[in-house]
Amino acid sequence: MGTMAWLWLAVIASGLYHGINPGMGWPLAVSSGLMEKSPRALFGALGILAIGHLAATLLMLLPFALLVAVAEWRRPIQAAAALIVIGFGLFRVLNPRHPRALAKIPPTQLGFWSFAVAIAHGAGLMLVPIYLGLCQASDLDRSHPAASTLASANLGIALLVALVHVAAMIVAGGSLAWAVYRYLGVRFVSKSWFNLDKVWAISLVLVGGIALAFNLVDPM
Amino acid sequence: MTMRPDPTFHASPKLAMEAPPENFAYTLLLSPDFSKPDALAVIDVNKDSASYGQIVHTITMPNKGDEFHHFGWNACSSALSPLTGHAFVERRYLVIPGLRSSRIYIVDTKPDPTKARIHKIIEPEEVFKKTGYSRPHTIHCGPEGIYVSTLGGGGKDGTDGPPGVFIMDCETFEVLGRWEIDRGPQDKHYDFWWNLPRDYMVSSEWAVPPQFENGIVPEDLLSNKYGHRLHFWDLRERRHVQTLDLGANHQMALEVRPAHDPVREYGFVGVVVDTNNLEGSIWTWWREGGQFHVEKTATIPAEPAPKEKLPPLLQGFGAVPPLVTDIDLSMDDRFLYVSCWGTGEMRQYDVSEPRKPKLAGSVHIGGIARRTPHPNGKAVAGGPQMVEISRDGKRVYWTNSLYSTWDDQFYPDGVPGVEVMAKAGANGGLELASDYFVSFPDGYRAHQIRLEGGDCSTDSFCYPSV
Repeated sequence: MGTMAWLWLAVIASGLYHGINPGMGWPLAVSSGLMEKSPRALFGALGILAIGHLAATLLMLLPFALLVAVAEWRRPIQAAAALIVIGFGLFRVLNPRHPRALAKIPPTQLGFWSFAVAIAHGAGLMLVPIYLGLCQASDLDRSHPAASTLASANLGIALLVALVHVAAMIVAGGSLAWAVYRYLGVRFVSKSWFNLDKVWAISLVLVGGIALAFNLVDPM
Repeated sequence: MTMRPDPTFHASPKLAMEAPPENFAYTLLLSPDFSKPDALAVIDVNKDSASYGQIVHTITMPNKGDEFHHFGWNACSSALSPLTGHAFVERRYLVIPGLRSSRIYIVDTKPDPTKARIHKIIEPEEVFKKTGYSRPHTIHCGPEGIYVSTLGGGGKDGTDGPPGVFIMDCETFEVLGRWEIDRGPQDKHYDFWWNLPRDYMVSSEWAVPPQFENGIVPEDLLSNKYGHRLHFWDLRERRHVQTLDLGANHQMALEVRPAHDPVREYGFVGVVVDTNNLEGSIWTWWREGGQFHVEKTATIPAEPAPKEKLPPLLQGFGAVPPLVTDIDLSMDDRFLYVSCWGTGEMRQYDVSEPRKPKLAGSVHIGGIARRTPHPNGKAVAGGPQMVEISRDGKRVYWTNSLYSTWDDQFYPDGVPGVEVMAKAGANGGLELASDYFVSFPDGYRAHQIRLEGGDCSTDSFCYPSV
């Protein structure tokens, strides 16, 4: 498999990973479905959670889409992005407590909650190094395109990365939510809830570390 | 922080009912004349244990005059709320406020309840400085941490500003500050609770500190100056949204018990005394069309009694008021237990139809005039007061003291502390267990009970029972 395929696989894998993490909201969809006694409420909640997560992912990716359009900035920006992700991961390792502000978001604002949780946990940030890798891999197929062409190509990739990631997330989280709602019962909520805080933080450090390693050995 | 949610956290009330039964009952002890430090007793309630029904551990505090009243856990099933991400805190610490001193003790119950010990003490000055409130009372574990209601505002007598709710961190126990952003017309406080997914809180009113600290003030009661309103709040916005006045004659609206199942948007509140006829009452409140409503749904009449059987306070009335001082709702929201501290009766109402409570069971013990002994033959002073129901709804525990200075007015001969338990039938009916009778050391009275692993006035839920 080429680099490109591996990177897309990483986009999907991170989506599945975010989806099964209760912290990203699938239990809320279960709760909505049960409270309203309707599967439609469950799917409605999933849709709103998806929009929030998509917005948070795009907010992280879009600035980088514009920055890496300037070819000579690419390497330092990739390195900086990797360092930011590592730094945020380390911050989460050292400060595992949840920001209290999240608890103040009312249950009626599910979309905003999903957005805020994704931002606070660095869910979108985790995708940045993968995304930058994809931008680079697709650049290599071209010969010296204009910065404007690159920028629009990068924006297209950003949108695609975010959509694929969120689709994977909703498939994973939605399947779990549906299984719990329809078959497993709410007992599964506490049974399945593992403390992923450390693992999550380490995932950030790993993603950033791998990206940084590639950046340093990159001959270009 | 643990790797898995605490096994005593349950997603729904139904799951909490199916959990293993409690092994220990934590009970607060107070020294009514402040001559001894208050204490926390740990009672063995495991039927198969050799020390069943005995105090197996006591934690005596390092101060005097705290006056322990209510207390609560640092975390409960509400931690499983998918919105808050606190699933990995432990139900481990008991938060015990001193109602008279405003001091707060944190007691660590792990690894072994029989070796529970003081973990931290929050001095009154910290509460005063960070919140402007005094006289902490009810503890609930919720979305932003530990919520503590207070009965007093600032100043020496607690009347400088209204009392309210403040928040504590559920792991560090740091006092974080006031909860309310907009308190509306609320100026008195007592109990509070909520519906987490529906995002509302309900609070009630007792009195301002000068109306209770030195005893009940009969003139204030007869001129209807005690609390008689319910307040409804937007929980996350911390904003007052509605007041319901029960009518000035319905004096002292105390315990608020919302249905545990979050799809049920109703609950109950008990009123101590109606100044028109001395009866106690149960009210049902509910939300419909975005508005809250309340209705008196059960009344308990006063019982006539000869003057010689009455304390001076009641002699002019020739009757004993039931004095509904505590109520508690079973985990399945089916039975409401009502303490009639004056007449010495524990009532069990079937509230399957919340606006039509049906009396399903009753036992008598103690009482101002009746003075019913326990089935084991022992005399009991005081009457049924703080009541706690096991998660499975089969055992109902209670103690017999109300509040130091009030005890002395209604029961001038003293209220030696006891804790009893009644067995509840699956379809109603209540019977005192003859083998459960805890008497506490001389000079101590007993107040609130908390059960190991959670109970019916602690845990709140984010998922319905299905």
